[in-house]
Amino acid sequence: MSTPGTAPDQFARFAVSPARRRKDKAARVTIAAGTAIALVPLALVVYYLLSKGLGSWSPDFFTTDPTGNTFFKSSSIGGIKSAILGTVEIVALASVIAIPIGVGVAVWLVEYGRNSWFANTVRFFVDVLTGVPSIVFGLFIYIVLIVGTGSSYAGYKGSLALALLMLPVVIRSAEVILLLIPGALRESALALGAPRWRVIFSIVLPTALPGMVTGVLLAIARAAGETAPLLFTAATTRNTNLNLGQFMNSLPVQIYNDVTSPTTAVVNRAWGAALTLVVMILLLNLIARLVSRRSRLA
Amino acid sequence: MQTAAMPGGDRSILARSPLARLPDRALRWGLTTLAALILALIVYFFIRLVGEARPAFAHTGVFGFTFDNNWNVSADKFGALPLVLGTLITSALALLIGVPVAVATAIYANELCPLRLRTALTVLVELLAAVPSVVYGLWGIFFLAPKLQPIEQWLADRLSFIPFIGGGAVTIPNYFVAGLILAIMILPIVSAISREVMATVPADHKEAALGLGATRWEMIRTAVLPYCRSGIVGGAMLGLGRAIGETIAVTIVIGDAPQLGSHLFGQGYSLAAVIANEFGEAQGLHRSALFAAGLVLFVLTLLVNGLARVLVIRASRTSEAAAPRVSSGVQPSAGAVAGA
Repeated sequence: MSTPGTAPDQFARFAVSPARRRKDKAARVTIAAGTAIALVPLALVVYYLLSKGLGSWSPDFFTTDPTGNTFFKSSSIGGIKSAILGTVEIVALASVIAIPIGVGVAVWLVEYGRNSWFANTVRFFVDVLTGVPSIVFGLFIYIVLIVGTGSSYAGYKGSLALALLMLPVVIRSAEVILLLIPGALRESALALGAPRWRVIFSIVLPTALPGMVTGVLLAIARAAGETAPLLFTAATTRNTNLNLGQFMNSLPVQIYNDVTSPTTAVVNRAWGAALTLVVMILLLNLIARLVSRRSRLA
Repeated sequence: MQTAAMPGGDRSILARSPLARLPDRALRWGLTTLAALILALIVYFFIRLVGEARPAFAHTGVFGFTFDNNWNVSADKFGALPLVLGTLITSALALLIGVPVAVATAIYANELCPLRLRTALTVLVELLAAVPSVVYGLWGIFFLAPKLQPIEQWLADRLSFIPFIGGGAVTIPNYFVAGLILAIMILPIVSAISREVMATVPADHKEAALGLGATRWEMIRTAVLPYCRSGIVGGAMLGLGRAIGETIAVTIVIGDAPQLGSHLFGQGYSLAAVIANEFGEAQGLHRSALFAAGLVLFVLTLLVNGLARVLVIRASRTSEAAAPRVSSGVQPSAGAVAGA
């Protein structure tokens, strides 16, 4: 830094030249502008969701099923009850399948597999799963459970597709948390004579729990917003259906079907459903953040 | 390891009885089986997918399927080139627009931003990832695409001398809008990985640059960016993997025209979109062709993601070797970042 006034000549040769200073300024402004640009779509999406979505929210919107009357007045097109219930049910079953398996594999990777070639192969395949496009999961389930069995779409098939999608997220996030548990904790339990399984169930898992809840909630949030894996597995129906063995509606699929409608009222129903879905996902994200703040590990 | 039981049953008083060791073995082998099952499942799925796609490949040949520019369902022509190119055009566009913005966000958050704003900024960028694909599609087709149309038309008229970019009339759903939506969708992951990699740059390097009299930008250019180049490239590749596989948003805004669009602002199609759009009614050879499209998509994302992982893992390895990190920090695990 040059300090004007005191001894200008002495420090002048250390001063940053105007050209370099200009370049620095320009680069900083460009970077800040890039950051601002990144936030523009978020603001616009949130604004449109609220302004269009809130308009179609009403008590009836949440308590009636969508009807097929798409060419009539907005009052007769119905709401999104079946879609909300379908999403909750499909995602709940997907979580029940994916979470125990995912945590189990993560425990194996950290406690038993470690850096063996087999564990690294499993890690590689889990990474492969992470990259698989969500629609390909839908195709997988379609091949195995619909072509394979000759039966039709069903809610639980959608759950399985979503479970496949959640699995790598659960495994990798749980693995990161389990790795953070100090080895001394395990060793003290082992030194006290506890067998390995007790160490895992009484020491490792309870310590890791808050951290793992975060990863699991984020996985659920991701699965809840997916449309593609449900298109050819759970398909769609308009009526409320609580039986996972049959066709089921869900929020993303409902929105996707409504987008293509020429009727404004139906498109507005899509906006209302989209706002509902985003609020549900944001709630999961919020809870995940609060839990992770309470975790002592992460 | 426990002391082995002595022959004759008189084992050491410290050793567990065989019965007490049973749950341990059960857990160990149970979990190992679970891990092995995942492997088996993926291999099984892949084989089944190849099996379902085989009739289509037999019809036109693998090469013909991937590179014939003729997707005509009613004439039983299944050349997926318009779809493959549509996927590549939109994904390339997403990288072109999304990566500079994402890297700028990461630099700003890590090096320039006031500390108080840093968390808020990262949370906001991560919120972009919480918006479901179908909602981006809805917003894209009813807000973004119509609002952009005049701007795109202006661009298309000005740039008409560049082949494929200018010339024709701008349609509301088109490649460009799809690419833009994808850019928004890959922004959070590219930005998150860039931020993680930039956080591994040793403070010594940055302080050395500043100490030698570098301005802040010169410090970023000479100390930060070269150090995390491969990490950023890896993050961009992971973003590319996402963009290639993204289905619903693209299906809604790309226009679903089964031939190669004449220009950037015209309607097109992509591999994922064709499956989402046509699978419901597809029969016989057509369905097999859609499975084949899924297989091409799968292999494409596999290649891109594999390359990305190698780059990200190498980046975090070199940074760990250069500066052993304190264990309290978040581990720069590529997979975890990709998953979160």
